[in-house]
Amino acid sequence: MQYLLLISADEDLAVTRMRDGAFASFDTWIADLEQRGVLRAHVGLHESATATTVRLRDGEVLLTDGPFAEGREQVGGLAVVDCTDLDEAVAIAAAHPAAAFGQVEVRPVRVS
Amino acid sequence: MTDDVERALADTFAQDWGRLVATLIRLTGDWDLAEECTQDAFAAALRTWRRDGIPDVPRAWLTTTARNRAVDRIRRERVGAEKVRSLVVQTDELDLDVMDSGIADDRLRLLFTCCHPALSLSSRVELALRTLCGLTTAEVARLFAVSEATMAKRLVRTKHKIAVAGIPYQVPSAARLPERTPAVLAVLYLMFTEGYAATAGPHLVRVDLCHEAIDLARALAALVPDDPEVAGVLALMLLQHARASARTDVDGVLVPLEEQDRAAWDRAAIDAGLAQLRRAVRRERVGPYQLQALIAACHATAPTAADTDWVRIVSLYDELVAVLPSAAVQVNRAVAIGMARGPQAGLDALDGTPDHPLRPAVRADLLRRLGRADEAASAYREALTRTANQAERAYLERRLRA
Repeated sequence: MQYLLLISADEDLAVTRMRDGAFASFDTWIADLEQRGVLRAHVGLHESATATTVRLRDGEVLLTDGPFAEGREQVGGLAVVDCTDLDEAVAIAAAHPAAAFGQVEVRPVRVS
Repeated sequence: MTDDVERALADTFAQDWGRLVATLIRLTGDWDLAEECTQDAFAAALRTWRRDGIPDVPRAWLTTTARNRAVDRIRRERVGAEKVRSLVVQTDELDLDVMDSGIADDRLRLLFTCCHPALSLSSRVELALRTLCGLTTAEVARLFAVSEATMAKRLVRTKHKIAVAGIPYQVPSAARLPERTPAVLAVLYLMFTEGYAATAGPHLVRVDLCHEAIDLARALAALVPDDPEVAGVLALMLLQHARASARTDVDGVLVPLEEQDRAAWDRAAIDAGLAQLRRAVRRERVGPYQLQALIAACHATAPTAADTDWVRIVSLYDELVAVLPSAAVQVNRAVAIGMARGPQAGLDALDGTPDHPLRPAVRADLLRRLGRADEAASAYREALTRTANQAERAYLERRLRA
């Protein structure tokens, strides 16, 4: 089964934590997933202030400066992993360095 | 003959519903199909057993019937020849020895899946009561004070999440058991307390739920013999259930602990509970279930109500409040203080507690003992608004008239 890991945190806190070396374990996390062959995709994102939100209303394209959901907690990265079950996906999510101060939402990927 | 069949079916339902559904889920991987086919098997049993007599091993008959029904349904829905083949292969060696060795595992597998931490606590309890204990959706709805339609929707949502999110149908590996066991204990204990003091309905005790919870706790204790809280929860249930027959009088009215006929308590269950408790506390990792079992043991071993060691009970509640500061625990601690140090001390302790359905009844009792009759009466009236259980209501009404 494939799962999307939606990695989010308080952006200010993430900056501080990164400076303090909280992401030291990130390379090991990625390397382990690659070696196990479970990582289908992974991207890290620029901060949410750089986002543009797009809506089409009555045929008109409307742009908003910023992310679709306001708030301190913002998505900072995405990964897609291929696992046997939710337990394996949860274990992977828990090992992501951001889980220690932010959160990781685990969502099953729809197969059609 | 008809009565025999109905009785045999009712017994089998109470004992084996959870096992049957658990096995069918393992065989089919489909929760709804498993429930429906088990239900169909019971319906078929009523007809067939009346005609041919009750089989020697009703559970085996029902398992075979439910499995055949599942094969038919899958075939008819043409879900795929592959699934039917694996179902037939897996059940070929469905003799009794295989069933009995595998079935305990099936039930635990279902229990651990219902209690997966990715499900909310209420979802876990609802699903366990419906799937494992065989309560109807209407009954589960009543427990959670929602409409049947709402509960049906919630159960569908929970089963959908299990299927779509890939929650595994298995007993967790030994390494993960310690982190997964507390959630299972919480559900088992809620199942038991619902049986012990039914939220609504004519009977105070729903014996079938208590037995199912105790039975599952035994199976769990066999799986994780080193966990003192598992032994603790089993001890607690056994000690409380030992009092079951003394807790209501011939009219079905609740009899409070101090007025119960202690000769009617089940000595064998008390001894079994005390043995579990000794096993648990030897490990010297005392948790909330062991503390509650130790409190229950104080009551179970007191020869008369007057001999109860309330001072020890208060000190156990002090320890319990530190690890489990729930409203129920705080209210019960106030009861113990009222017994150990007098009703005024109990009332003082009760003043600082959060609200709980039992709180007005406790307050009423303390006021009554202080001779403040008018205030007691109004507290009893408030207490009556807080329970839908008829045995409890009858007791409170009797107090109010006294």
